[in-house]
Amino acid sequence: MSEAEASRPILALKGVSKSFGAVRALRDVSLELFGGEAHALAGENGAGKSTLVKTLAGVHRPDGGEILLDGEPVVFDGPAAAQAAGVAVIYQEPTLFPDLSVAENIFMGRQPRTGLRRIDRKAMRARTAALFQRLGVGLDPGQPARGLSIADQQLVEIAKALSRDARVLVMDEPTAALSGNEVARLFGVVEALREQGRAVLFISHRLDEIFELCQRVTTLRDGVRIAGEPVAGLTHEDLIRRMVGRDLGALYPGRQTAPGEVALKVERLTREGVFTDVSFEVRRGEIAALAGLVGAGRSEVARAVFGIDRFDAGKVTVNGARLPAASPTAAMAAGLALVPEDRRQQGLVMEMSIERNIGLTGLSSLRRGPVISRAAERARATDWALRLQLKFARLGDGVGVLSGGNQQKVVLAKWLATNPSVLIVDEPTRGIDVGTKAEVHRLLSELAGQGIAVLMISSDLPEVLGMADRVLVMHEGRLTAEIPRAAATEESVMAAATGRAA
Amino acid sequence: MSGPGVAAEAATPAARGAAGSVAAILRARELSLVAALVVLIGVTTAVNGNFLSAQGVTDILLNTSILLLLAVGQSAVVITRNIDLSVGSVVGLVAFAVGDFYAAGGGLVPGLLLGVAVGAGCGLVNGLLVSFLRVPALVVTLGTLYVIQGVDHYIAHGRQINAVDLPPSLLHLGNGAVLGVPYLPLIAVLVMFAFGHYLRSYPSGREFYAIGSSPEAARLAGVPVRRRVLTAYLISGSLAGVGGLLWLARFGTVIADSANGWELTVVSAVVVGGVAITGGVGSVYGAALGALLLTTIGGALVVLRVNPFWEQAITGALLLLAISVDRVLALRVARLLRRRNVRHGS
Repeated sequence: MSEAEASRPILALKGVSKSFGAVRALRDVSLELFGGEAHALAGENGAGKSTLVKTLAGVHRPDGGEILLDGEPVVFDGPAAAQAAGVAVIYQEPTLFPDLSVAENIFMGRQPRTGLRRIDRKAMRARTAALFQRLGVGLDPGQPARGLSIADQQLVEIAKALSRDARVLVMDEPTAALSGNEVARLFGVVEALREQGRAVLFISHRLDEIFELCQRVTTLRDGVRIAGEPVAGLTHEDLIRRMVGRDLGALYPGRQTAPGEVALKVERLTREGVFTDVSFEVRRGEIAALAGLVGAGRSEVARAVFGIDRFDAGKVTVNGARLPAASPTAAMAAGLALVPEDRRQQGLVMEMSIERNIGLTGLSSLRRGPVISRAAERARATDWALRLQLKFARLGDGVGVLSGGNQQKVVLAKWLATNPSVLIVDEPTRGIDVGTKAEVHRLLSELAGQGIAVLMISSDLPEVLGMADRVLVMHEGRLTAEIPRAAATEESVMAAATGRAA
Repeated sequence: MSGPGVAAEAATPAARGAAGSVAAILRARELSLVAALVVLIGVTTAVNGNFLSAQGVTDILLNTSILLLLAVGQSAVVITRNIDLSVGSVVGLVAFAVGDFYAAGGGLVPGLLLGVAVGAGCGLVNGLLVSFLRVPALVVTLGTLYVIQGVDHYIAHGRQINAVDLPPSLLHLGNGAVLGVPYLPLIAVLVMFAFGHYLRSYPSGREFYAIGSSPEAARLAGVPVRRRVLTAYLISGSLAGVGGLLWLARFGTVIADSANGWELTVVSAVVVGGVAITGGVGSVYGAALGALLLTTIGGALVVLRVNPFWEQAITGALLLLAISVDRVLALRVARLLRRRNVRHGS
């Protein structure tokens, strides 16, 4: 690589602006991606990171400013154009073809060909297997993408991007669903790409990852570039201050707990092939965390407790009353609420407005005679939007326009409005920015303080350690440890999660 | 890398087993259709030996051909998560317009080209409306169904095309045979294999499935979604054009609304044949078997002297059965994948 090439960015944004209606998502943003460098993009949700990614990906066309490829202005008129220019993107939400095999998902649009320009399935399988080997994934290239866990979907997305052998790799929260091992392996692969002179743009809400992987960081706030600087010499606090524009108090709220009587009792719950013999209790006023690696069966336990999936054996008791199997209606009536892991698919009806979404869980209480009262619906939504400090323009807006953190607040509002005694939250802060994350944490503490029993599923270890009164750890479908707050450390939880604990 | 490499290899046989059984379940549709056909033909032949006579078989093949062509085109559209309800009207329009062209003294080859061109033109209109104006396919093609029918009636003006107006070579195509096999089913099967091969083995063919499976993911993967959807409609329209030509060749006598109502039979054949109405799943072979099964049922009912009124009821029941089977299979596949995930998990 010559001097000139080394000092010229492979891909750059110069003064790029992008608006969606009245919302100015990006304002005069510049960014330079150099070969051999991993560049972090930091910012709260709604700061414009995803818009920037989609601009680089050719999904959005900037209203102003230009994209420079090797110093020359280019126009990406679609994802295909960006891909042809050597830009590969891992999107935040996996976008797979459920009906097609994993290998086809990875090579769609650029399958290896035989002499007759037909698809070379053998080569496709082999190359997929090689990619998985490189990432240390035990997936079968021939299996359909339908039914893959979020972590596996994420890994397929990563394999897809790597298979493009791109000069610029853009990763929008690739690690959100991954376990520690998988993240370490991904970082190894990224490191290798960097040494080959590729440029990497990396987005993560886990600040540790930014400090570990990246050399340079650009911070966005409200669509404006706040800073662009080398990572070396920065502290976590510096970065948070740039992202949030203010100092955050203690990241996790300290709180005194006085656990009351048992609210949720799960006894020997088993779902064949998914989890086995899971027993635990959650008391009023406490936060119990359910930790473990992705795929350990935590979300599945929550789904079975709430009655979404049928369990094959065992017993769930809420406030002393036994729940019938597979009836979310009964679970809700008994005072159970579940904030699911995938808020876009399971937590919200994306096309409906904020107020309608909040109203969904209590349509019967909003009824005036045979019809739903719009006024009651609005009152309920306004009440909760204020209590949770939701940031919105109008309650009639679709939830799709909200940032991830605010969407999560809508899901919370929707469930809190049912006045639950047990709240199960699955990855409550996944893909949520630092500022809102702290708000969600404060909120969960308050709820526990009000006597709600909170069961929190989380893959974010600091969150588990910072929030939980008790840590329940699952490993391969079994509950392997129950660690009180005092004894819970990263080491003890990880040991149990990976099955090393005694 | 040795540690994880070994783990990956160890996971493979189990994984392959599960993926294999998933594939087997998906293949089961074609097999069960064949089984249904065998049972149907066996029972009917036991009651009336004439059913499997040379003439009986020829009749069924002839009757299936046009439906099969349309089903192949319809599969291409349905796989992209769209639908083409206008095919019946297109067959009628092409049959009459080309018949009229011949009656006015047009040459054989220009007539054939005209037929395919009219079909392709209708497909183009459908495709443009669906892919570029983003109007739901159901509404667009319901609209063009009526418009094309209207054009057909306008041209026909109550007239009728007779066999004597048509070139003899065309009529020979409709009723002749090579080595005892009639031309019509030969053409239909050739087309079926051509498209089956295209959809399975060519990257642009697989993109049809990608679009139907997840339009958003297809867009992000750089698949030219609009162009592929347009192509699907062009295929469906052109094949409907060919269907119109074959209709003319076979029956000779044509009035304005031939093939009226066929669009629903075609969609039924496709769905019974295992092409998911929600897109992304199925093959033209399944659709072709579906067409063959529906036609054979019609023929069998005649031979069994069942009131033809029952044919529609049976078609409907088959449709419901097909959808239920799909659902049950989907659940089974989901369970298999769940087991497999656990084995692979962590």
